Amino acid sequence: MSETLLDIRGLKTHFHTFSGLVKAVDGVSFDVRKGEVVGLVGESGGGKSVIGFSILRLIEPPGRIEAGEILFDGEDLTKKSEVEIRAVRGGEIAMVFQDPMTSLNPVYTIGRQMDEMLQLHTELAEPARRARCIRMLEDVGISEAESRLNAYPHQFSGGMRQRVVIAIALLAGSRLIIADEPTTALDVTVQSQILKLMRRQISERGAAMILVTHDLAVVSEMADRIVVLYCGRVVERGRTEDVIAHPAHPYTRGLLDSIPRITDRQHRLRQIPGTVPDIRELGSGCSFRERCFRAQPLCAEKTPELAPVRQTLDAACHFPLEETKA
Amino acid sequence: MSFLSATDGITVLIGYLIKRLLQMALVLFAVSVIVFLMMSFTGDPVFMVIPIDSTAAEIEQARRLLGLDRSLLSQYWIFVTNLLQGDFGRSYVFRQPAMDLILERLPATIEMVLVAITLATVIAVPLGVFAGANPNRPISRGIMAGSLLGISLPGFWVGMMLIFFFSVRYQFLPSSGRGETVQFLGLRLSILTGDGWSHIILPAVTLALATLAIILRITRAGMMEVMRQDYIRFARAKGASRWHILFGHGLKNALIPVVTIFGLQLGDLIAFATITETIFAWPGTGKLLIDSIYRGDRPVIVVYLMLTAFIFVAINFIVDIVYTMIDPRIAVK
Ligand SMILES: Nc1ncnc2c1ncn2[C@@H]1O[C@H](COP(=O)(O)OP(=O)(O)OP(=O)(O)O)[C@@H](O)[C@H]1O
Ligand code: SF4
Ligand SMILES: [Mg+2]
Repeated sequence: MSETLLDIRGLKTHFHTFSGLVKAVDGVSFDVRKGEVVGLVGESGGGKSVIGFSILRLIEPPGRIEAGEILFDGEDLTKKSEVEIRAVRGGEIAMVFQDPMTSLNPVYTIGRQMDEMLQLHTELAEPARRARCIRMLEDVGISEAESRLNAYPHQFSGGMRQRVVIAIALLAGSRLIIADEPTTALDVTVQSQILKLMRRQISERGAAMILVTHDLAVVSEMADRIVVLYCGRVVERGRTEDVIAHPAHPYTRGLLDSIPRITDRQHRLRQIPGTVPDIRELGSGCSFRERCFRAQPLCAEKTPELAPVRQTLDAACHFPLEETKA
Repeated sequence: MSFLSATDGITVLIGYLIKRLLQMALVLFAVSVIVFLMMSFTGDPVFMVIPIDSTAAEIEQARRLLGLDRSLLSQYWIFVTNLLQGDFGRSYVFRQPAMDLILERLPATIEMVLVAITLATVIAVPLGVFAGANPNRPISRGIMAGSLLGISLPGFWVGMMLIFFFSVRYQFLPSSGRGETVQFLGLRLSILTGDGWSHIILPAVTLALATLAIILRITRAGMMEVMRQDYIRFARAKGASRWHILFGHGLKNALIPVVTIFGLQLGDLIAFATITETIFAWPGTGKLLIDSIYRGDRPVIVVYLMLTAFIFVAINFIVDIVYTMIDPRIAVK
């Protein structure tokens, strides 16, 4: 087993809003090892983006990291000063934001915004920085890269902007890339190209990636391990093959059943019934119980803790699913 | 205008300039009509130029001399053709070309206004950026409260208070006049002498106060909006410094309304520094305007208004060019 790069322990990030306390991330733990891709999945509002922002300490009031440790290479990022964390941001850890349309500053050229990353985190001279930017734009599939450096974001399509944002994240050789739905604006073929590129970049430099996505098909292809989030908590965590083939948590089962499958014609798409509850009003008990087909009285009384169900798989459920013989 | 070739760019630019010049001409034409009509309806200037005991025949003669006996249209025609030939009429009072009178005093006004607006901007923009980026900090609330004061205090009162404290009580700064001036490039300027500075500082501060408050509030509003944007967070995620995020990424996006207000205020201060100039006996155009209105010196008022219109139009043009330099999405067309 390779070395641990990032170790998140008991992370709690809460938003103190006017309408109540939003426990967006409420006791999340998982780790990322060098050379590995960890997929973060779950429905909208599960806390995936907030985890990403918490790692880089980009949470702003009314939000706050209330508890937990984020150990990166053994150092707790939550304890670093603003100046120290700035060297980590973009340098050690780079992030691709969820919305590619708005991540780029409209009043600066693409080239300048790429160069900023290199100026901040490398010692390279101008010609070398420029060459690296052009190379990276070509790598993410932008043609005529050299002349595009002088273009402004509004002259690019959404897909191209998303590639530029990915290029910026890959530019400075960060050891961890947090990619929040990095390919939403891209069509399927481009999407797999870009994902392959990211995967390659990661393994070439022994870096690691946290891949946030709704798309379980993408995760199963890309990720070594999967972390499933529901209402700010980890409900299941384990090796990709195990989670995909034999999920222990009813929520993961539901997510998997709602993916259309070409191989299985008779299989009707089953959406998880109900909707995500308002996380301001969660009391004790399992937060999935209203939607769960296995729910029992115990589920309303006691909040299930994340615990090993099988050797390579943890789940937070009182009545985990058995390993099915497929 | 994506990926235009250089020659295309130049053609676009020339077309734009021609269009703008035509627009400016149109505006000035409209102003000339309005000014002319206003003047025609506000009393008979003939009584300003003749002795009180003139006979009816003498009055009639003076009328003819001034061209007041003709039809309105032909009076306007003469007025405009004279303007176009650079003849802006003579002051009834000073018997000098009205334009010369104004141009002689314009440097005094402009130097005071430039000192005022520079002062205002240099203070207002950083404070506005700070207050916009940290809206909940007590200091920001203090800044905002102070700016409200700056907007609501009347300029003449502020001027008088400044005179009271700095000139009367502590006798620290002079209260009137331009002080020592030197000739520079044919202009008489105060800002090149220490004595001139000591004279300019109080009127400039008086003039700056309201502008400072307005620019501050506009900057703050813009920054509050901009700091919420994703690209600011993305810049932070890149590891950019706080300073660079505020003034590099943030301010430039908040600048369009600031530049707009700056232009309007600049024109406003140049054109209507009258009260401040009167209080501080600053021999600029504003004081000339007041005097000319008292004396019914119509040619001077007309030239003054036309010049003011021209200054506004010119500033507006420059502001539009600056827009395109700030925001690439605003293209010249
Ligand atoms: N600035 C904020 N203020 C208040 N609540 C917030 C804020 N940011 C996030 N939240 C809340 O935190 C919860 C988790 O949000 P998050 O964006 O992490 O979800 P997500 O899993 O990324 O969802 P999606 O798939 O839609 O991106 C949501 O309930 C959201 O409303
Ligand atoms: S704890 Fe109960 S309600 Fe929650 S997922 Fe497990 S079985 Fe369902
Ligand atoms: Mg998200």
